[in-house]
Amino acid sequence: MVDLSTEYMGLKLAHPIVPSASPISRELDKAKQLEDAGAPALVMHSLFEEEIQSEAEHFSRFLVEQGIGHAEANSFHPEPIEFKNELDNYLEQLQKLKQSLSIPIIASLNGISMDGWVEHGKELQAAGADALELNVYYIPTNIFESSQYVEDRYVELLTELRRHVSIPITMKLSSQFSSVAHMVKQLENAGANGVVLFNRFYQPDIDLETLHIKPRLEYSSSIESLLRIRWVAILYGQVKLSLAVTGGVHGGKEVVKALMAGADVAHVCSEILGKGPQRISQIRDELAAWLEEHEYESVQQIKGSVSYKNAIDAGYYERANYLSVLDSYTHAPGVWR
Amino acid sequence: MKKAHMITIDGNQAAASIAHLTNEVIAIYPITPASPMGEWADEWSSRGQPNLWGTVPHIIEMQSEAGAAGAIHGALQAGSLATTFTASQGLLLMIPNMYKIAGELTPTVFHIAARSLACQALSIFGDHSDVMSVRMTGFAMLSSNSPQEVQDMALIAQAATLESRIPLLHFFDGFRTSHELQKINEIDQDTIRAMLSQEAIQGHRQRALSPDHPVVRGTSQNPDVYFQGRESVNPFYEKMPSIVQTCMDRFAELTGRQYKLFEYLGDTNPERLIILMGSGAEATQETVEYLQSEGESVGMIKVRLYRPFDASALLDAIPASVKKIVVLDRTKEPGADGEPLYKDIVTALAQHCCSEANKFASMPVVMGGRYGLSSKEFTPGMIKSIFDELAKDKPKNHFTIGIHDDLSNTSLEWDKQFRTDANNEHFQAMFYGLGSDGTVSANKNSIKIIGEATDLYTQGYFVYDSKKSGAVTVSHLRFGPNPIRSTYLISDNDANFIACHQPVFLERYNMLDNAADEAVFLLNSSHAPDKVWDDLPKHMQEQIIAKRIKLYTIDAYTVAEQSGMGKRINTIMQTCFFAISGILPREDAIQAIKDAVEKTYGKKGQRIVDFNFKAIDAALGALHEVRIPDKATSKRLIPPPVPDNAPDFVKQVTGRIISGQGDDIPVSLMPFDGTYPTGTAAIEKRNLALEMPVWEMDLCTDCGKCPLVCPHAAIRSKIFPEELTQKAPSTFKHRTTRGKEFPAGTHIAYQVAPEDCTGCGLCVEICPIRDKSNASRKALNMAPQPALRASERDNWNFFLTLPEYDRILLKNTTIKGSMIMQPLFEFSGACVGCGETPYVKLASQLFGDRMLVANATGCSSIYGGNLPTTPWCKNADGRGPAWNNSLFEDNAEFGLGMRLAVEKQHEYACELLKELRPQLEDKLVDALLDGDESSEAGIAEQRARIEQLKQKLNKLSSPQANDLMQLADMLSRKSVWIIGGDGWAYDIGYGGVDHVLASGYNVNILVLDTEVYSNTGGQASKATPRGAVAKFATGGKACGKKDLALLAMEYENVYVAHVAYGAKDIQTLRAFHEAEAHDGPSLIIAYSPCIAHGVDLSFNHRQQEMAVKSGHWPLFRFDPTRIKQGKNPLHLDSAAPSMPYEDFIKTETRFSMLWRSHPDDADRFLKQAQNEVQHRYQYYKQLSEIEWDEQTKPSAAKLTTKINPQLENE
Repeated sequence: MVDLSTEYMGLKLAHPIVPSASPISRELDKAKQLEDAGAPALVMHSLFEEEIQSEAEHFSRFLVEQGIGHAEANSFHPEPIEFKNELDNYLEQLQKLKQSLSIPIIASLNGISMDGWVEHGKELQAAGADALELNVYYIPTNIFESSQYVEDRYVELLTELRRHVSIPITMKLSSQFSSVAHMVKQLENAGANGVVLFNRFYQPDIDLETLHIKPRLEYSSSIESLLRIRWVAILYGQVKLSLAVTGGVHGGKEVVKALMAGADVAHVCSEILGKGPQRISQIRDELAAWLEEHEYESVQQIKGSVSYKNAIDAGYYERANYLSVLDSYTHAPGVWR
Repeated sequence: MKKAHMITIDGNQAAASIAHLTNEVIAIYPITPASPMGEWADEWSSRGQPNLWGTVPHIIEMQSEAGAAGAIHGALQAGSLATTFTASQGLLLMIPNMYKIAGELTPTVFHIAARSLACQALSIFGDHSDVMSVRMTGFAMLSSNSPQEVQDMALIAQAATLESRIPLLHFFDGFRTSHELQKINEIDQDTIRAMLSQEAIQGHRQRALSPDHPVVRGTSQNPDVYFQGRESVNPFYEKMPSIVQTCMDRFAELTGRQYKLFEYLGDTNPERLIILMGSGAEATQETVEYLQSEGESVGMIKVRLYRPFDASALLDAIPASVKKIVVLDRTKEPGADGEPLYKDIVTALAQHCCSEANKFASMPVVMGGRYGLSSKEFTPGMIKSIFDELAKDKPKNHFTIGIHDDLSNTSLEWDKQFRTDANNEHFQAMFYGLGSDGTVSANKNSIKIIGEATDLYTQGYFVYDSKKSGAVTVSHLRFGPNPIRSTYLISDNDANFIACHQPVFLERYNMLDNAADEAVFLLNSSHAPDKVWDDLPKHMQEQIIAKRIKLYTIDAYTVAEQSGMGKRINTIMQTCFFAISGILPREDAIQAIKDAVEKTYGKKGQRIVDFNFKAIDAALGALHEVRIPDKATSKRLIPPPVPDNAPDFVKQVTGRIISGQGDDIPVSLMPFDGTYPTGTAAIEKRNLALEMPVWEMDLCTDCGKCPLVCPHAAIRSKIFPEELTQKAPSTFKHRTTRGKEFPAGTHIAYQVAPEDCTGCGLCVEICPIRDKSNASRKALNMAPQPALRASERDNWNFFLTLPEYDRILLKNTTIKGSMIMQPLFEFSGACVGCGETPYVKLASQLFGDRMLVANATGCSSIYGGNLPTTPWCKNADGRGPAWNNSLFEDNAEFGLGMRLAVEKQHEYACELLKELRPQLEDKLVDALLDGDESSEAGIAEQRARIEQLKQKLNKLSSPQANDLMQLADMLSRKSVWIIGGDGWAYDIGYGGVDHVLASGYNVNILVLDTEVYSNTGGQASKATPRGAVAKFATGGKACGKKDLALLAMEYENVYVAHVAYGAKDIQTLRAFHEAEAHDGPSLIIAYSPCIAHGVDLSFNHRQQEMAVKSGHWPLFRFDPTRIKQGKNPLHLDSAAPSMPYEDFIKTETRFSMLWRSHPDDADRFLKQAQNEVQHRYQYYKQLSEIEWDEQTKPSAAKLTTKINPQLENE
C-alpha cells in the first residue's frame, strides 16, 4: 500500500489532493460530501475584503445616512436591530465547518489592504481556522508604481499579519511577478508557511453588444497546470516553505507531476465543481494506482523528484524549454521521414 | 420617589414608549407627524420588546385610519388593551368609530400629534384643528405641552381611561412637540405599574365579548329608548375629571411632577390672564414669569383636561382678582362667533357669574384669539402683545396674533424685538444644512452628547423645507441650566452660534440676521482661510463687523474626501462645533463624538469608523479662525429670489416665501380660495447640480430618450428653423435634424437648464450612443456645472425664446417625436433620480394642454403642489394641466367628479349648440358636434371652431348664448387624470379606485407604484412585494404583492397597462396613448424606483430593467376594445423571466437586508417569490393566448390556465 500522506504547512494530510477555495464551502452539505469523498483538508471560499467594505458603505448610506431632510420622512428603511454581515457569515460558516468536519479548514482571505488583513485574520484564527490562505488580488495599474513597491506591499502585509496570527499562513500568488522565486523567498523570510501557485483571476471581458466590461471566470484546463508545475519545480529545494499547485489539476497525472515538481499539495477546483466531490477520491485512487504501478512507496518519496534541482533535463525549466516546445512540432534531425 | 433617569427623546417617542408598554394590540397607519409613533411601536415589537406584562404587543398596519379605528374598536370589544396613533385627516377618518368606542364606554387612549386640516391647502404642521373636530365624539381630551409632558400625560391618560371607562384622546402639537428633542425624566416601569389599576384592567377584560359569557352590544334602538340610552353615560363623564386629577396626584407622588386639570401660574392677584393649551403654554409660562419679574400683574392657565370640561375646576383655578381674560385657540372655526376653547370658557364664566357661588366682583371680560395655525410661530413678543392688548380699555376680541391681517384687521401687532430672560440664559445655536448632508442627525447626536455629559437642559427643533431634492434644513438647538420652555424658533440677533454647512447658502440666506453680538459663525468653504472673507456677501461682512462676530472656516469637503468620507461632512462640522462653541471641554467632546460614531457603525462598519475618526482628527487641524478686517469690501450681493420682471403676485408672495420671508406676507395678498398660478417652479433656481450633462451633437441621433427620463424636465429638445438662431449665444449648440420627417433647414437642440438640473445623470445613463473610438464618451456626458452655469443659463434662456414646434406635425407615437413636445410639468422638488416624475411629465407632454388632474396626497402631491412653487405649468397658448389635490383616500372619486362635470358641461354645451343652431351656421354646429378629436390635428381644428363659435356668440345676447359662451371650451375634449401612489391606489383609496374602474367613465388612473408609502417614509403597502423589508414590515413582508392589474381586468371596459419606462420606453408611450384614447376607465400601473428601495437612483433604469427581466414587473397592455374586434385583449410586452429573481432583489437593500437579518425567511420568501413570478408570467401568457369572447373574464380564464409543469416539480 502506497503511503499517500503529505504535510502541508505542518498540517498532516492523508493525501495531497485538496479542494481549493470555491463556493462549495458555502454549503455545509456539500463540504461534508467533500470530506466523505476523502478530501484531506478544505480551503474555504474567499472572504473578500472589498465585499465587507462595500457592504459597510452600502449600509452606512442606506441605513445610517438615509435622510433626505424632509419633514414627513427622515428615513425610508427600518434599521435592523441585528444583522449579519459578510464577515459574520463567514466566521459562522467557518465555525460550522469546524464543528461538522474533522479535516483541517483553511480560511481564505482575499484583499489588498493592511487593516482588513490583520483584523480579519485575527478573527478567522479565533473562529478556529487551522490555517490562512491569503489571496492578494492586486492589479497595479499605475505606471509609476514599481514592481519593488508591489512586492514590498505584499511583504508588509504578510509581516503585519504574521505579528498577530499564530496559525500557518500561505500566500496565494499571481504568476505576474518579475521574479517569482525571489518573491517567494521574501515571503518565506517574512514568515509565510507556504505559497499557492498560482491564482486564476477573473478576467475582464468586453461585451460586444453593450461595450461594457464583464468579469469572466471559466473552468480551468489541464494545460494551465504546466505553468504552476514549472514554478514549483524551480522553487523546490530553494525554499523551505510548503508548496501548493493550484490551477489545471484535473486528474491523477497532474497530481503526480505536481508532486514530482515538488508540491506538497495539489489543489483541485474546476474538476469537482464540474464533476462532483467524488472526483477527490477518484483522483486519489488514480494517484495511488500510478504510484503503485510505478512502484513508488510514498508521496514523500516522489516529492521533488523531477524538480529543477533533481530533473534530468533541468534546463528545460529555464528558457531553453521554450525552444523545445517549438521543436517538438518538427521531427528530430536525422530521422528518415 | 426614585432618582431621575434622564433621556433625550422627542414627543412621538415619549408617547409611543408608554403606549407600547401599556397595550396589547396597536393598529397603525402612517400619517405625518404621527407616523414615528407607529414606527417606534412596530420596531419595538419586531425586536420582541415586551409590554409591562411581559408579552409583546401585536402591531398591525391597516389600510387607512378608518381601518385602524375599526380594528381598535374590535380589539377593545374583545377585551384587549389597544391603542392607535394618528393626526389630522387621519383622526377625522376615525370619527365614526370614536363615537362607537365612547358610546360603549370602552377604555383606550388615542395619541395624536395634532395637525392642521386640509382646507384651502394641506398642511402637515401643527395646530388643534383636528382634535377640535372630534371634541363631540365622547372621547375625553388631554393636552400635553412638551415631550416631558407627553410621556407623563400618556401614562396619566392610560390610568384614567381604565378607571373611568371613558376613552381618551391624548394630544400634543405636531412637530413642535412631536418632533422636538428634549432631555426628559424617564418614567420607570414600577411607576407605570403603580399608576395602572389592575382592577380596572380586569374590569375591562370581564366586559369583553366572549362566547363563554355572551352579551350583545351595538344594538339599534328606536325613538322610545335611544335618547335615554344616550343620557345614561352622564355619571361616568361627571366622575371623569376627578379620576384624572386623582391619577395626576398619584403620578405626582410617584415622580414629583404635579399636574392639574387647569393649572394656574403667575401673580397671586393678577388682573390679566391668558388661557390656552398645547406647546404655546410653555412660551406663555416663560413670558408670564418674565413679565412678573418686571412687575406686571399677569397670570396664565394651562388647560390640560379639555373634555370632559370641568367648569368648577377651571373656576377654582382662576384667581378672583382677574378682570380680563384672553382665551387662545390654535384652530379656526370659520363662521363661528368664537373658537371652541374660548366659547367653553365664556360659558363656564357666565354660568358661574350667574350663580350664587360667583367669586368675581364683576364677570371678567373674556376675549378670544387665534394663534399658531400650521405651526405658525408663537413667541414671547406675541404673548406680551396679548397682555398689552388686555390692558387696554377696549381690547380687541376675536383677534389673531402672529400674522398681519390687513384684510379683516383681526391681527394684533407685536414687538419682534421683545425677549424674555431665557434668551440670555440659553446657549442658542443654529445650523444650516442640506437635507442629505446629515446635519440634522449630527445635531440630534450633539444634543444627546451634551445632555448626557452635562446637567444642562437641552432642546432641538428642526425646520425643513418642502423639497425632496436639495432640501434645506435649519436646526435650532438650545442648551441651558433651567428647563427650556422656549417653544419657538431662535430668531433675529439671538443665536450664539451659527453654522453654514453648505457654501451655496451664502447666496440664498441672510444667516447672520440671526446672530447675536459676538456670536461665532462657522462656515464650510472651499476657499483658503485668507480668501474666505472676500467670498462673503457684503451684507454679511457688515453684520460680522457690526456684531463683532468671530468667523471660523473649514474646507469640510476636502477634509471629507481626504479622510475617505466622500461627501459626508456631518461629523466634521459637528467636530468643529464642539471645538469652537466651548459647550464641552474639547477633548471630552471629541471622545463623545467618536464614541457615538462607534456606536452607530459598530464592529460591522469598522472601516467607516476609521474614516470618521480620521476625519474628526483632520477637522481640528483644518479649522481656522478668519481675521476680520475693519471694513466690508465685498461687491457680492444676495440676488433677489425671483427675477425683477416676475409678475407682482410672484414677487410679493412666491418670492417672499422662497426667501424665507413668508411669515411677513399679509392676509390681503393671499389667495382666499387656495388658487395659485401654475408654472412658478421655473422661477425658483435652486442650482443643485455639481455636474450637468453636456450634449455632443456630432454623436447624437436625436432619439429623445434623455428628455423622456429626466425626472426634472431639465433637459429638453426643440426643433426650429435655423434662421431663428442668428441671435443665439455663441455657445448655443444646434444642428440640422437627423431623418427626413422635418423640412430642410430645420435644426434641433438639446438644451439643459443648468440651475434646474439636479445632476442625477440619468440622461447620460440612458443615452444609447457611444463614440466609436472611446466607449465611455456618449452623446451626453456629465461635466462640472460651475464652469458651465453662466453660459448654459444664457443658452437656456435663449432656448426658451425659440417657439415650440407645431404639435400637429410631430409624430407623437415615437419617443423622438413625443419628446419634442413641451413638458407642462417641470423642475419639481422630487428626489434626485425620482422614478415617478418621468411618467407625470410624459402625460403632461402628450395631453397637458387638455388635462385635469386629481392628485392623491403623497409624494406626487408634495412635489406637485407644495408652496412656494408649482411644477405644473402652461404653454404659450395659456393652456396646461389644471391640478387639485383633494385627500388621500378619495382621489379616484375626486377625479370621477371632474369627469362627470366635464361630461355634463359638454352635454349641456351640445344642447345649447343645437338650440342656437338657427342663429349659427349649420356647418359650424355640425362640425362642432361631430368633431373628431382623436388626433392632435382634430383637437386643433375643434379649438379653431370653438374660437369661431365664440366670435359668433359675441354677437348674440340670449341667455343661451351667454351660457354657451361660458361652456364653449367644453366642446373640446378634456383628459381627466387621476394620479397617486400605491398607498392610495392599493390601500386607502382602493375602494374608490375599484368603484371608478367599475363606473365605466372615461378617466385615466396613473398609479405611481413605488411599492411603499414613499412620502411618509417607506411604510409597507399592499403593493410591497413579498420579502421586501419596509417600515411596518421589518421582518420582510410576508404576503405577496396585490395584483391590481388583474383585479382591474375583471371589469368590463377597463384599459390596463403595466409599464416601466426604464425597461421599455416605447411600450410606456404606447400605453399612455392607448389609455388616453380609451373611451372608458384606464389604469396605468407604473413601476417607479424610489429611494426607499435602498438603491442609488442613478441605477433607476437598471433596476427597472431587472424588475422586468426577473419577472417582478411584467410589461403588458390589456385593451378591452380588442375584444369587440374578436381579438385577445391582453398583449404581453415583455418576454418570459430571463434572469433569476434573486439576481434582481439582491441589488436592492429592501430585499437584501433580510438575508442579513432573517436569512431563513429571506430564503423562503425568495423561493416563493421566484415561483410566483414564473407562475404569474405563465398565467398572463396563457391569458394572452386563449380565445376570448365578450363573456370571458380573467377569473374564468384562470380556471383554464395551468401552472407551469416545471414549477410543479420544484
